[in-house]
Amino acid sequence: MSKPMITVQDLSIGYGTTVLLRGASFEVARGDIFVILGGSGCGKSTLLRHLIGLEDPLAGSIRISGIGAPRLEGAAPRYGVMFQSGALFSSMTVGENVAFALQEWTHLPIDAVSAIVRAKLALVGLEGAEDKLPAELSGGMRKRAAIARAMAFEPNLIFLDEPSAGLDPVSAAELDELILTLNANLGLTVVMVTHELESIFKVGKHCIMLDRETRSIIARGEPQKLRSETDDPRVRQFFNRETSVPQWQ
Amino acid sequence: MADANQADRSSLSLDRPSLVFDERLSIVTGMVQRFSWKRVETAEGTLRLELGGSITIDDAAALWKRVSETVGLIQAEKAVTIELGGIQVIDGACMALLVQFRTDLRARRIACEFSGGNSEVRRIVDLYGGRSKRRAKRPRRRPVSAVEQVGAATIAVLDEVKQMLDFVGRLVASSLHVLRHPRSLNLRDVGLTAERAGADAAPIVLLINFLIGFVMAYQSSAQLKQFGASIYVADLVGVSMTRELGPLMTAIIICGRSGAAFAAELGTMKVSEEVDALRTLGFLPQPYLVIPRMLGLILVAPILVLLADAIGIAGGGVVAAINLDITPTAFLAQLQGAVRAKDIISGVIKGVVFCAAIALISCQQGLATSGGAEGVGRRTTSAVVSILFALILLDALFTVMLAVFGI
Repeated sequence: MSKPMITVQDLSIGYGTTVLLRGASFEVARGDIFVILGGSGCGKSTLLRHLIGLEDPLAGSIRISGIGAPRLEGAAPRYGVMFQSGALFSSMTVGENVAFALQEWTHLPIDAVSAIVRAKLALVGLEGAEDKLPAELSGGMRKRAAIARAMAFEPNLIFLDEPSAGLDPVSAAELDELILTLNANLGLTVVMVTHELESIFKVGKHCIMLDRETRSIIARGEPQKLRSETDDPRVRQFFNRETSVPQWQ
Repeated sequence: MADANQADRSSLSLDRPSLVFDERLSIVTGMVQRFSWKRVETAEGTLRLELGGSITIDDAAALWKRVSETVGLIQAEKAVTIELGGIQVIDGACMALLVQFRTDLRARRIACEFSGGNSEVRRIVDLYGGRSKRRAKRPRRRPVSAVEQVGAATIAVLDEVKQMLDFVGRLVASSLHVLRHPRSLNLRDVGLTAERAGADAAPIVLLINFLIGFVMAYQSSAQLKQFGASIYVADLVGVSMTRELGPLMTAIIICGRSGAAFAAELGTMKVSEEVDALRTLGFLPQPYLVIPRMLGLILVAPILVLLADAIGIAGGGVVAAINLDITPTAFLAQLQGAVRAKDIISGVIKGVVFCAAIALISCQQGLATSGGAEGVGRRTTSAVVSILFALILLDALFTVMLAVFGI
């Protein structure tokens, strides 16, 4: 078995004195589509920020294959990140957004950068959108442009924060297809945070579920198996969209 | 006590085209009650409140008025039934008020239940918890003691200081990085800042400083005339503008224009995760966002201060010519003797330091933003106030230091 892409050991995360997750350990295999699940406020987006390297853990370690601890600044991006809102630079066009890191970290002539930008935008189905400003794009297009920007440096690992959130069903399905295509054709390892059940079952190969009360991982495995085989009422509730509040009489 | 006249008024409809503004205002403010509210004392000694008519959001004020009046009048240990049988329509907002009425009564140990109502009304009762037997409690906030408040405020101030020190530390490290790798500097933003904060600000800097020089000369001319010292208006305006007012007024204008803009721009980038995105692409926020803005302001500061000095003195010269009959030649000759090179240079240095402080504080505040649009507004306000305070403090320090060194 090949070395895992990400190895997390005894990780504790939180803000100040608030601990969101304690002593979590898990691995993400190469070529996996790994989903971090959980209800609101359980710390799944915070965990993603720690995996990316935007926050420092309270304790424990995160190792990314070939990199070590997640490091961001001062060098070309080693992995791609798509934020929930896309986080495209609003003062730049879509093309400039994708070209931004390429221009900084490579010595490619402008023509070559433009060719790569066009190819990356075509990859995510945004041909001809180079000169548009982010404000002119729909929510789904903005997220796809953000994936194109994250893919600019040919990473073998990409982090996605709530890719389907706030999208119409068609755009959400298109984005799921795009994630599956990138994973299948490029062998891209995907780590994503989501609570969209359709997306989880369609694209997720493995998942972990976080719990706010116990501040720990309460389930791990394949989403379909978890749904059918779990004994944990919290996991069953999540996968079967059961409510925890009494129904109206 | 039945409100007989309520029945007529219940026919008032707010969407009736003939309804005049005053009539509508009196309904929505609760001055006119369109529904019926009847109190009946039963033989068993309980109280029945019979509601009737149509009770919608427009009637909420009148309903709340009734509820508030009634709560205090009901004696303790008395059971209350709210009879909804006469209601044709009730909406959620008004039902919520009735449920709150029941909660308040139960808090005083008065049994209270809803009764009757058509199927539509019952559905609203169910939806808003009207069938609940539990004694609903209003969530109570634990009172925060003065000691806790002082403690929380102290922690907040210490956090702010920690953030500021962290920012300065990162800025120093980034500056060293930029010195070693000049290519990592975002030169595009240096030019952009110089253009926006410098060239675009020139008209307002010129206008304000002209008026400052003009007003100062005008105010002093009456006093100077009395002593036959009119010519000294050139000394007064020249020294004040170059040493003090030129750099200070310019800095205040830059604070209002560029300081607020930097804080809002970086704050918006922070809350929309653009700063995080920048980091994931390998860029340090300090060399990419802060140092270019600081350099841009520092580059334009001397030019703006010199312009401010010149135009302020020109403003004084105009007053001298019009009000004091001093010819421009005499004014300039007097000015040459009064204003020394060190006055101008110390003013320019002040301007540069002021601009560096403006960039530093506004960028720090911008990058410390959290909490969406409200957070951006809060940090922008905080940036402008902090800058103004820092400018006055720095000005005082300069004054003392220049006096100590005899400059």
